[in-house]
Amino acid sequence: MIPVHALLQVVDRQAPITGYTTYIVFSIIKLIIVFTIYMLSAALLTLAERKISAWIQGRHGPNRVGGRGGWLQPAADGVKNFMKEETEPGNASHPLFSIAPALSFVPAMLVWCVIPFGSPLPTPWGRVDLVVADLPVGFLFILAIASLGVYGIVLAGWASNNKYSFLGGLRSSAQMVSYEVALGMSTIPIILLAGNVTMSEIIRQQSHSMWNVLNLTTAFVVFFVAALAENNRVPFDLPEAESELIAGYHTEYSAMKFSLFFIAEYANMVTAGALMATLFLGGWDIPFTGWDNAAPYTVLKTILTLGCFLTKTGFFVFVFIWIRWTLPRFRYDQLMSLGWRVMLPVALGYIAVLATTLLVLQAIGIHPGPVHSFILLMENICILLLLFVMVDEGRIVSPAYGRAQQARIVRLRARSASRAVTEGAGK
Amino acid sequence: MATKTRTIEVELSTSGLDRSGKPQRVPLVTNDGGVSIGIPEPLALEPALDGEHMLINLGPQHPATHGVLRLVLELDGETVVRCIPHIGYLHCGFEKTGEYRQYNQIIPWTDREDYLNAPGNNVAMALGAERLFGITITERCKVLRVIACELSRIMSHLVWLGTTSIDIGAYTPFLWSFHQRELIYQLLEAWTGARLTTSLTRVGGLMADIPDGWTDNARSFLAGFDKVLDDVEKLLTNNGIWVGRTVGLGVMSPEEAINWGLSGSMLRASGVSYDVRKDFPYLDYETYDFEVPVGVNGDVYDRYLVRVEEMRQSARIVRQALDRLPDGPINVDDARVILPSKTKATSGMESMIHHFKQVMEGPRPPVGEAYVAVESPRGEKGYYMVSDGTAKPVRWRIRPPSFLNLSAIPKMVEGHLLSDVIAINASIDVVLGEIDR
Repeated sequence: MIPVHALLQVVDRQAPITGYTTYIVFSIIKLIIVFTIYMLSAALLTLAERKISAWIQGRHGPNRVGGRGGWLQPAADGVKNFMKEETEPGNASHPLFSIAPALSFVPAMLVWCVIPFGSPLPTPWGRVDLVVADLPVGFLFILAIASLGVYGIVLAGWASNNKYSFLGGLRSSAQMVSYEVALGMSTIPIILLAGNVTMSEIIRQQSHSMWNVLNLTTAFVVFFVAALAENNRVPFDLPEAESELIAGYHTEYSAMKFSLFFIAEYANMVTAGALMATLFLGGWDIPFTGWDNAAPYTVLKTILTLGCFLTKTGFFVFVFIWIRWTLPRFRYDQLMSLGWRVMLPVALGYIAVLATTLLVLQAIGIHPGPVHSFILLMENICILLLLFVMVDEGRIVSPAYGRAQQARIVRLRARSASRAVTEGAGK
Repeated sequence: MATKTRTIEVELSTSGLDRSGKPQRVPLVTNDGGVSIGIPEPLALEPALDGEHMLINLGPQHPATHGVLRLVLELDGETVVRCIPHIGYLHCGFEKTGEYRQYNQIIPWTDREDYLNAPGNNVAMALGAERLFGITITERCKVLRVIACELSRIMSHLVWLGTTSIDIGAYTPFLWSFHQRELIYQLLEAWTGARLTTSLTRVGGLMADIPDGWTDNARSFLAGFDKVLDDVEKLLTNNGIWVGRTVGLGVMSPEEAINWGLSGSMLRASGVSYDVRKDFPYLDYETYDFEVPVGVNGDVYDRYLVRVEEMRQSARIVRQALDRLPDGPINVDDARVILPSKTKATSGMESMIHHFKQVMEGPRPPVGEAYVAVESPRGEKGYYMVSDGTAKPVRWRIRPPSFLNLSAIPKMVEGHLLSDVIAINASIDVVLGEIDR
């Protein structure tokens, strides 16, 4: 029962909520809203993926259910998955088999609790922060929860008692554990710069100086690639590589259990997009203006900032989809080598470079501001140019499809020939 | 009617392997009591696993085995230690059925054995039968057959390109190439009325001439096709991931490639410039101006490059053929093999009898044998037929390039990773209908 008197108290609309009951009520409302929007967006994303892939491939995409746009396709898919028979392999471990889809789905949702999605909303009961829980350790919470996602996949692979699922589970555990390291390391520069791990503080810091995508571009690049790998998206979709492992860890799943994995994948995409928007693109901050960050807070500001946040998230989700329909898939050993030999050293090196730069800037008396950001940006441009030349191997820089590319091909040939000889002979 | 029993004494044996892997004759009869024949134990189908190895069964129902190929892989982690291919899941008895069909009736079977190259097979079958009959086909027929062969090569390579890119994880080139294939299908549909099973040729000619405006449509297809091929190449050829996934895999040196009996793009990617169209020209291929692309390293990447270039060369040949397409009849003027026209057959007595006998009894070639090899998209495709003077061949034999190419797969994949098996298998471009025939 809600004590009505608490809700009826007239307080300053701009002041934070003080009453405990009001806080609980608003938290529940926010939870419901976030959950609804989140599930809806995950469902619509399945449609978006099909529409965008169709656009890339010169097709129409879904255009039967719900008019030419196919707007009801997700609903039709959902109904289909509810009605389908659920099968389970005879020798599957039933408890693990059942709990695995939930385990992969829940962490993706939990992360959303700490992501602010708009400027505070003034209400008659006080100012409501548009974040379910603005945890002081928000950022660490994200890292901790995101690591849990691997359990669902590993358990699904293991519990299915299927060799393909098993290989998928193994691949994904190795992949996600490796890329989590790079993911975590690429976020340390943000903490260095913001001096705080609360999400709202990170957003405030960005709106006051410059977005982290310019301040910390290198970290952004590493984070983006690692996020792709964490989400098992192409080119890192090895755990479910359809051409090799049928469907990887979810080969044996059907109906709603499969659907949960499916939703979890899209949910993870939205989460990754929102995280990147928050950490690197200033969250709900509207670019080139300062008025949205300052009091007094109004409903209009909330709506505009919310729209801004959704646009940024949507942009990243679009890029994810775009990449999926453009690139081939890595091989397992290449993925590992990229994670440990490229991503991790780059992330670690960047931490060292950034920490030094920040110290030097502090010592010579340049405080956070335009000049400070400009210096960081220049530093990033230099690092990225270097990285680009290394990764490019003369494909784009040297238009004659350079010698470095040829040399790499020769190296790859030699390596794989020697592997085939040594390991083929070792049997 | 009384049946007369007689006893035939033959030694029934088949070729097989002894336990050390050397070829030997394996007797098939055991029950005649007289001589006891020692039959060696059959080779173990399931290999003994040592240590931590895992046996995984890839196929026959698997998204990346291009049909119903079954590969039993022994894995050490994800490294393939041993690969045993199993075939026969698509056995349809094409060759045996051919012995009960007239030559023209075999042509629809050739549609189905290598179903990605139906027009090319039709042409090969017709060429073989014509060699048996001693027929020289008309100029227009020759040029039209070249067009059909090259379009079907493009079509088959497009399927290969699309499915291989899916196997390596890139989905978009698949739909782009299948769109182009669809355009060729429309051309073939306008010509023959069928899309997959064209049954284009007849002994001594073609089942139909091209319809009006067909050459313009073909030209406009070729114009768009080059652009799409460029787009696909932009996505793949210099893509770091694609290069990383294909270079150095399944390497066959030129000597190995020849020893294993590879042919077609597989052989050429290994650096051996052998193309039936150049080396044993048929259909006046020697008068067309085209290059035979040859690889250097014999790996999956080179096979990709070779096949893409072959598509360009095929388009070039089709252009030349469209330019030189002469007027005239498509069928030879030879009453032995060619049916009288429908109008004549329904109005004149002699023509009607001729038509009836042609259809019911079929044309009879002289006693003899003929072997014709053509360059199919998969390699040297041969048809061998033996005639005893009746309307049906006593033996019809297919030389399937896929079968020989596939036989090298254990050699190519062992030591590589599971993902590489998929890429290598895709690079062979197998069509199981042809292998199991």
